[in-house]
Amino acid sequence: MRKALAAVAGLAVAGLALAGCAGSNDNGDKGDANDASQVEVFTWWASGSEKAGLDALVKVFDQQFPDTKFVNAAVAGGAGSNAKNALASRLKANNPPDSFQAHAGAELTDYIEAEKIEDLSDFYKENGLTDVFPSTLLDRLTVDGKIYSVPSNIHRANVTWVNTDLLTKAGIDPKVAPADLDAWLADMQKLKDNGVETPLSVATDWTQVQLFENVLLSVLGADGYQGLWDGTTKFDSTEVTTAIDYYSQLLSFANTDGTGQDWPVATDMVIDGTAAYNVMGDWALAEFDAKNMTYGKEFTTWPTPGTDGTFDFLADSFTLPVGAPHAAGAKNWLKTISSADGQKAFNLAKGSIPARTDADPADYPEYQQGAMASFAKDTVVSSLAHGAAVKVSWLNDITSAIGQFVSTKDAGTFQSALVDAQTKGLGQ
Amino acid sequence: MRKGIRNWGPPLLLISPTIVLVGIFVYVLIGVNISTAMTKDSALTASEFVGLQNFTDLLTEPRFLHSLANLGIFTVFFMVGTMLFGFIWAWMLDKGVTAEGAFRSIYLFPMAVSFVASGVVWRWLLSSAQGDRASGLNRLLQSIGLGSLQNDWYNAPYWGMAAMAMPAIWQLAGYVMALFLSGFRGIPEELREAARMDGASEWKLYRHVIFPQLSPVALSALVIVAHMSLKVFDLIMAVTGSVYITEVPATYMWVALTGAEYGKASAIATILLLLVCIFIVPYLIYTARAERKARR
Repeated sequence: MRKALAAVAGLAVAGLALAGCAGSNDNGDKGDANDASQVEVFTWWASGSEKAGLDALVKVFDQQFPDTKFVNAAVAGGAGSNAKNALASRLKANNPPDSFQAHAGAELTDYIEAEKIEDLSDFYKENGLTDVFPSTLLDRLTVDGKIYSVPSNIHRANVTWVNTDLLTKAGIDPKVAPADLDAWLADMQKLKDNGVETPLSVATDWTQVQLFENVLLSVLGADGYQGLWDGTTKFDSTEVTTAIDYYSQLLSFANTDGTGQDWPVATDMVIDGTAAYNVMGDWALAEFDAKNMTYGKEFTTWPTPGTDGTFDFLADSFTLPVGAPHAAGAKNWLKTISSADGQKAFNLAKGSIPARTDADPADYPEYQQGAMASFAKDTVVSSLAHGAAVKVSWLNDITSAIGQFVSTKDAGTFQSALVDAQTKGLGQ
Repeated sequence: MRKGIRNWGPPLLLISPTIVLVGIFVYVLIGVNISTAMTKDSALTASEFVGLQNFTDLLTEPRFLHSLANLGIFTVFFMVGTMLFGFIWAWMLDKGVTAEGAFRSIYLFPMAVSFVASGVVWRWLLSSAQGDRASGLNRLLQSIGLGSLQNDWYNAPYWGMAAMAMPAIWQLAGYVMALFLSGFRGIPEELREAARMDGASEWKLYRHVIFPQLSPVALSALVIVAHMSLKVFDLIMAVTGSVYITEVPATYMWVALTGAEYGKASAIATILLLLVCIFIVPYLIYTARAERKARR
């Protein structure tokens, strides 16, 4: 009996030891550049309009490349933060997916510096993408002369959503955007005098970052704003002080209970008429549609005052990791994403606009038509709040500085925190 | 000697898988974490040894000190709240109420709900909107005519974390009550009777007979609550998400991790471990001593 027990225990130990060894070593088959049998695509599109967009895209992919099998490696939750952590550990273990989703622009910096993703400049040339994507967008995507990702869609972050009813009642024409921040603040005062308790609605920290980014863009202009992220504009300049001043004036017209609430809460305030304005990206359109609001009648949009003529962009994009097991399959996937059909299928489902300038506006609803027209002619700048302008750790520092400012209203500390974040972010 | 092996060999073999697993997945990983904390592991790049720099950076960083202060406020209110309510409820049950079983279940029930699930409800209860837009507790206060008590809850600077302790107290006071109740029940009736025979007043009975008997229970409860409080993460993520105003070291660690600042994240994790050790180690020493005394 004893012996039997000992034998069982011994076997259990051996079994566990073996189990510990297995599993860590199954990425022996290193990347084969010509393997197009399948493509494993890593995203955080697991629900809602994002899932619908991905499904639509896969449909087009299956038509264009019937021989390449699509393997969905989506990780749900947390606006991508769960997925980003899962992805980082896979990349660190040299077990990359064939292609992964990331916000286009500076969010890729960490991957580029670690040499985890391939330069796709040749892919752009081969497929003529340099001609169909606007050059201002290509400028934003280029790092040291190289492009590392292929955008699937474009969102705009400098959009103000307006409740027309409240404005009309207060004697303000909702169709005409205020010329600048001063005019906008005057309108807010007018609304307040007419009994609108919260003219502007805000939600949790990142939505306040997005509002601040709009103010910076409005005060500094496209070049000055863009300079903040490469160091040509300093955060201790007087313009930034002015921007902080405007920002705190705007906050004085905003609700104070935003912290901890997600963006739809703030957008809903415009929908149900408790707030007149909300600054939010154009994914808010889906929220208005869901509540049966008519564009141009019950609500309207304009570029945030002072930012007309600029397009504050963010984009989802796909990459080719170094050592991808099915690199040819990944290239097929990138071809579908960048093709006119792929972009149309995806963006109609997700509610964003295509990155290609040769798309036919007639295929899209009214709001998107306007956004497509601006995207084609406006100056494109990178969104701070959504990973296009700076790398993640820099954005984290700014987010925390804004969180602190919102609770303490200490402008001096805020500005010096921004200066520190810039110094650290630029690695000086 | 051979007989010795026969005696302790099989049990050792049986528990060795757990020893090995705990060794690897707890202690080795703590070691790996500390060694990562000593590197400037900023992204996916190869790491560079920087010694204690991450720690000195953190301890001079206003943001980290803010998160520590938040944690301090939270811990104090959480500990005082759970101990107070737990004790009062246990005392009242001990005094004898009808339907004790029902009360016990009602108070213990919140513990069965996870922080994440109750956090979603508390997010709404603690909404700081006031006046027309009020919801949750503010609406309740308004409707019972205590409108002047409406406040910002966790949105208030500095003391907001005291509001954040409310859900935690709601969740764990019942558990502390159960601990105290078992303490009360462990005191033999004869002791009380003897004290009463000696003419002790009710207060003196508690002061000299019952409280001394309860102190080991109180200490265990305090240690359990304190180490849970120091690690608090899920409650805060569920109620507010990772925002500055309610930031504690655990949520800051998560932010650093998502920003690919692995060195910093590991340093925060190490500091948290040390903080928990401050509470746990003296307790372990105390119980080990008490056990040795009991064996003698």
